[in-house]
Amino acid sequence: MEVAESTGEAGPAKSLERSEWRRALLSLRKSRAAVVGLIVLGCVVGLAIFADWISPHNPNEQVLEQRLMPPAWLEGGSRQHLLGTDHLGRDILSRVIFGSRISLTVGILAVIISGLLGVGAGLMAGFYGRRLDVTIMRFVDIQLAFPFILLALAVIGVLGPGLRNVILVLGVAGWMVYARVVRAQVLSVREREFVEAARAVGASDLRIIRWHVLPNTLAPVIIVGTFAVATCIITEASLTFFGLGVEATIPTWGSMLSDGRAYMGTAWWLTTFPGLAMMLTVLSINLIGDWLREYIDPRMRQL
Amino acid sequence: MLTYIIDRVMQSVVVILGVLLLVFFIVNLTGDPVRIMLPPEASQEDVERLRVQMGLDRPLPEQFVRFLAGAARGDFGESLRYRGQPALKQVIQRFPATLTLAAVTLAWSLPAALILGTIAALRHNSILDNLAMLTALLGQSLPSFWLGLILILIFAEQLNILPSSGYGGPWHVLLPAFTLGAFFTARNTRLVRSGMREVLEQEYIRTARAKGLGERIVVIRHALKNMAIPVVTIVGLDIGQLLGGAVVTETVFAWPGIGRLAIDSILNRDFPVLEADVFFIAVAFVGINLTIDILYTWLDPRVRVR
Repeated sequence: MEVAESTGEAGPAKSLERSEWRRALLSLRKSRAAVVGLIVLGCVVGLAIFADWISPHNPNEQVLEQRLMPPAWLEGGSRQHLLGTDHLGRDILSRVIFGSRISLTVGILAVIISGLLGVGAGLMAGFYGRRLDVTIMRFVDIQLAFPFILLALAVIGVLGPGLRNVILVLGVAGWMVYARVVRAQVLSVREREFVEAARAVGASDLRIIRWHVLPNTLAPVIIVGTFAVATCIITEASLTFFGLGVEATIPTWGSMLSDGRAYMGTAWWLTTFPGLAMMLTVLSINLIGDWLREYIDPRMRQL
Repeated sequence: MLTYIIDRVMQSVVVILGVLLLVFFIVNLTGDPVRIMLPPEASQEDVERLRVQMGLDRPLPEQFVRFLAGAARGDFGESLRYRGQPALKQVIQRFPATLTLAAVTLAWSLPAALILGTIAALRHNSILDNLAMLTALLGQSLPSFWLGLILILIFAEQLNILPSSGYGGPWHVLLPAFTLGAFFTARNTRLVRSGMREVLEQEYIRTARAKGLGERIVVIRHALKNMAIPVVTIVGLDIGQLLGGAVVTETVFAWPGIGRLAIDSILNRDFPVLEADVFFIAVAFVGINLTIDILYTWLDPRVRVR
């Protein structure tokens, strides 16, 4: 990618880009784990998008006569409710399917917010250096000394729960890692010849950052961002589990776990299936992240 | 060397001040703390009285300075829930529980990660390696509160051999320590493995092997020794997170530590305790990082030169 950008000519750059895709595909074919991850994540994304058509029941429909029905393959189960029903007679399978929507939405939006904030801060710190750098990096230290989940809980405790607040808080609370890796990349790129050349021909700071520095910082951002989606999904579920997350009216994996907690001993399916769904989603994202890291740059193992 | 340490101490003080400012802002600027503290049916006079009593009628910068002066003396005011109890005292009372959990967690998860990671690195790409990596991946993907619930279900509800929650005898610590350690073992196994692989490729390892040393001596004396720096980094990260980040596990197992106190104080809107709790966690975190950085200068002479 770096080669393609620095040649700058349309012809060879395009063919290089194509071979880049081919290289990615080849490397992907060698990593069975990443293929499994992509397939699982693809299914979860599909469930989230087409939940309205796939889901057998309305996830909020309560049928009180059919409370706490076990999964279909057990005594007392019914094919109507493959994974059983919860304490209010709601279909577990439908709720798990709809829950994927919230998890993915929160994960992706929060990562976009923190990515934008962190990349911006990292670019400024690395490019302008000196006081700005010291100030921004001190902010990073301050927020790192403040446990992520505690900050999220405290802010939500004051702002109040709700989907929008959860996304905002997770987004704002997660910018530091991006700022750190981007700053480190900028510091190494800043002194390179092509930046000097751009400056020599009179390019403005903004132009240099946009066209010469930013593209060279994106690889680690993509890696960090992938893993962060997984972390955000778990954190959202934890917040919701504590009653400080998404509204109770929206079916989420976190709320299913917290609802099912009281029935752990008698109706294990209330907590097992949403937990499994979350684990599979997070696992697939981590598998893809692992492959991305090896593929983009094996030296970034410590990220 | 000395200037480096002084520099780092100054940085740490700035970070702690920053954390205090952050927590002050969260509590004071996002809504009227008096309104939040009092029940909704409180009369206007009550509101005003509490406002004056707490010094909240003063301008914000003055309030912050007073808050800082209090924090420097360890005085965050009284708990709103347990009237008459100093907020910081509540935190300190809860600290032994957190420390116990952290110690037990570290005591099993660090050796486990060292052994698993070293074996995985030595037998690179073998079945053992793949198995270790799969376990590590699973450990990192399990949401800790779900793992906690499943463990309670199996060991407390079904088998009935371990207590499900609470604090008391040595049995109580097992399930939370396992839950908490699963994530750390997983992450650290991966770190040890990649660190070890890097060390094993170094020339001094080749020299040691060329000298005809046995594989055991090469690994233990030459390779593991050079893992000291990454391992110290790992332990530092772990302790920092264990002291403040066990919020979820402590809550699931009703473990009376400072993480659970934080959640309780948020849910009960006991802001003095929250402020004291966050202050305590930040000081612990910063203090450990500072210690680690100073340890580096002793472990790695190259840092001293810088």
